[in-house]
Amino acid sequence: MHSLTTLAARGGRAALCALVLLGAFAAPAHALDRADVAPLGGDDFDAKSAAIDRLIALHDAASLALLKALADDSVNATDSGEVLIQDADSARDAATGQPVAAAVAANAQPVTLNNLLRSKVAGALSGLQLASPDVDTRRAAIADLLKNPDPAMKPLIDAARAKETDPALKKRLDTLWAMTALHNPDAATRLEAVKLVAARDDLDMYELLRPLVAKSASGAWNEPDARVRAVAQQGIDALNGIQRRSQIVGTLFAGLSLGSVLLLAALGLAITYGLIGVINMAHGEFLMIGAYATYVVQTLFQHYAPGAFDWYPLAAIPASFVVAAAVGIVIERLVIRHLYGRPLETLLTTFGLSLILIQATRMLFGAQNVEVENPSWMSGGVTVMQNLILPYNRIAILAFSLFVVGIAWAVLTKTRLGLFVRAVTQNRRMAACVGVKTARIDSYAFAFGAGIAGLGGCALSQIGNVGPDLGQSYIIDSFMAVVLGGVGQIAGTVIGGFGLGLASKAIEPFWGAVLAKIAVLVLIVLFIQKRPQGLFALKGRSAEA
Amino acid sequence: MTTAPPTTASGPGPYDAPAPHGSPGRDTFALGLPARAPLLTRRAWLALISLIVAAGIGVPVCALVLPQSSALHLSAYTMTLTGKLMCYAIAALALDLVWGYCGILSLGHGLFFALGGYAMGMYLMRAIGHDGVYGSSVPDFMVFLNWHTLPWYWQGTQHLWYALLLVVLVPAALAWGFGFFTFRSRVKGVYLSIITQATTFAAMLLFYRNETGFGGNNGFTDFKRIAGFPITHPGTRTVLLLLTFTMLVLSFIGARAIVTSKLGRVVTAVRDGETRLMFLGYSPLGYKLFVWTVSAVLCAIAGALYVPQVGIINPGEMSPGNSIEMAIWVAVGGRGTLIGPIIGAFAVNGAKSVFTAYFAEYWLFFLGLIFVLVPLLLPNGIMGLIGHVMQLVARRRKNG
Repeated sequence: MHSLTTLAARGGRAALCALVLLGAFAAPAHALDRADVAPLGGDDFDAKSAAIDRLIALHDAASLALLKALADDSVNATDSGEVLIQDADSARDAATGQPVAAAVAANAQPVTLNNLLRSKVAGALSGLQLASPDVDTRRAAIADLLKNPDPAMKPLIDAARAKETDPALKKRLDTLWAMTALHNPDAATRLEAVKLVAARDDLDMYELLRPLVAKSASGAWNEPDARVRAVAQQGIDALNGIQRRSQIVGTLFAGLSLGSVLLLAALGLAITYGLIGVINMAHGEFLMIGAYATYVVQTLFQHYAPGAFDWYPLAAIPASFVVAAAVGIVIERLVIRHLYGRPLETLLTTFGLSLILIQATRMLFGAQNVEVENPSWMSGGVTVMQNLILPYNRIAILAFSLFVVGIAWAVLTKTRLGLFVRAVTQNRRMAACVGVKTARIDSYAFAFGAGIAGLGGCALSQIGNVGPDLGQSYIIDSFMAVVLGGVGQIAGTVIGGFGLGLASKAIEPFWGAVLAKIAVLVLIVLFIQKRPQGLFALKGRSAEA
Repeated sequence: MTTAPPTTASGPGPYDAPAPHGSPGRDTFALGLPARAPLLTRRAWLALISLIVAAGIGVPVCALVLPQSSALHLSAYTMTLTGKLMCYAIAALALDLVWGYCGILSLGHGLFFALGGYAMGMYLMRAIGHDGVYGSSVPDFMVFLNWHTLPWYWQGTQHLWYALLLVVLVPAALAWGFGFFTFRSRVKGVYLSIITQATTFAAMLLFYRNETGFGGNNGFTDFKRIAGFPITHPGTRTVLLLLTFTMLVLSFIGARAIVTSKLGRVVTAVRDGETRLMFLGYSPLGYKLFVWTVSAVLCAIAGALYVPQVGIINPGEMSPGNSIEMAIWVAVGGRGTLIGPIIGAFAVNGAKSVFTAYFAEYWLFFLGLIFVLVPLLLPNGIMGLIGHVMQLVARRRKNG
């Protein structure tokens, strides 16, 4: 028996468990007789249910084998009321275990179960495993039963509770017992049960607790004992608190996630706007270019290196930066450079560029969205609280956005190029006077901003649709982030992006997405009444500022 | 503004008079305004009047008298297209008033256009009466939403005069409120442009909602009659077309009156050097607000004329792209002139009609190219080009 026990580890409801249980439930009080099993062959589901309960109560070897066979759909019944367990090529009587003649077996019809009975049988098998000497098997059985507690399991749970030695499992068994004891006729037992259920802090327990504090149609309390009701109410209140907390954390995360996306979109914009004083309306299209670059890299990996597919972001990140930066530098050299000093016309021109880029993408890749697959390590999520799963791809993007901010910060503050960019942003003429080649700095900075947008596009491709219109939806929001934060300031853009994201998501549950967007816009217009230069303004004495 | 010579202590200081006057006692220099430019030159008046007469006689004759087989017959399509283009021209004129003369590039004028259109559309929806698909006393889309009574803001819209009042008042109030808050905090340049764009975007989202009560996605359509006349009848179309034409002429003359007035000069000064103007003691707020509000109302009127002729208004009119297109009409025609935006609106939209009919795929490319090339190569638009050519011709003639 013991050699078999080890084999049964984690085995769920494998046939081996049945053998294990043979030992566990030796010497039953009553043997299974034909009257016990006969209802299984009938048409009355209530009678079948009662028969299954009886099998559970008996929990001996024969009843266990029958339950097992029921779960496997290998139980047949003859018209004369004999219940047979069908093996591969022979049949035996369920009650006596004796083989039956093939002629009898040939006339038997399969016993049918409805879904309710099926789950009852499955639960019963779990229940019987509660007595397994193997800790893992018991743990799995308890977990199964906690999902779907059945008062019929009470005798099995009572028996297991008396014997359990592992303290953690003992605690869970107590809960399990409480869930099955909620309708016990004894008020003291119910009270103890409710206390245990409430102490679980599990949102699934709502369904068990709520009926206890409700009134039936006739106006009487479902639960007659006031003490039990009070404890149940306390439990419900505690669960409400948990739900509220998880909602707050969820909103916070959604806001940060939206903020990180806005941040990625706005960061490049803030750099070019601060430097050249131009809103690049084609900025969204650099996001789109970055996303399509990711798509191309992903497709190449699918075709030529499917084994390394999980690592394609490592190639896609530099590719999206380089492609977007290259397009950026071409656009700057060909068009934007000739419009310096005419910001409003530049606005229109960049809008035209965005139209051209969108149409070109449509012709190259088609107007339909393309599919960018997540690498496998980015799918799924981590459960931080009940009811709250944070998807890995969102977490990855949040981290990535901070990484990009770090890079931008390092480039702007630690490199010579960054020094020049800051100098030109603050005072173009003075910078030119001391020998900064401002035109070249403009090109590099524009390309850098475009490249950062490309990185943003690479990130966006992991959470949303990639289509030619991808960038259009971000340009307004990302500009709002820039306005909020102050022009040409990385810190401002970070605060602006996250602030906008959090504000939108905080308002959304109350007013809906559209009104939240409008409310945020109105808030920004009111905000710039107070701080026309944004949160972090460059200090200067220019009258035109 | 011309550079002011130094004033002596006895001369009129900048604080005495809001607008500098010439002082009659001195003839060595005159600190004052040149004579006001005439509203229109004699030749221009002549051309305008002959155009009015030609349109006033030609349109009814071509549309109603001539048989359909005639080459000069105005089909319903042509009339709708012409009417539409003229509405766009009014809107472009309105935008030019703020962009070309006041330096405020609004990327949200589509909002005012659409608001005017919606106000008119409300009346037209009510004028359907019980002839809708469901024969209900409320518009069909409200039947969909299971609304049985009209929301409060629909009250009174069964009267044309009230709808026309709304066409003027609602955009005026919105423009004034928006302008007051943004101009007061001295938001300008690209900042302002983007905020106007965000505003129209937000309004578009709002109007897309069914619960807002303006028909959601589909907006208003299926109009039956206006002021008791069937809306698709050629006679009604002719009247609407002539009304639009009249409005275009009136707005042109009105805009001309504004920009040649003293107020117009200050507005132009706001465009050219707002800070300097403030140092001279002016507060630009009132001037900007006035021009901005006038422009919004003009745009709304264009929208109100547009809806009965085109027969539909939906939130798509408020999309940011539409408003930016308006700016390109002005840029193509030549901003800072009044005839330019009208030419630009006709040129760009005419090209759009041709392109979408024959090579629809390339329209976006073409539009994008206009956006890119016009500011690069034609900074003053078609009017600038014409002026340039005229100068060349004049110089040739002088030399030769």
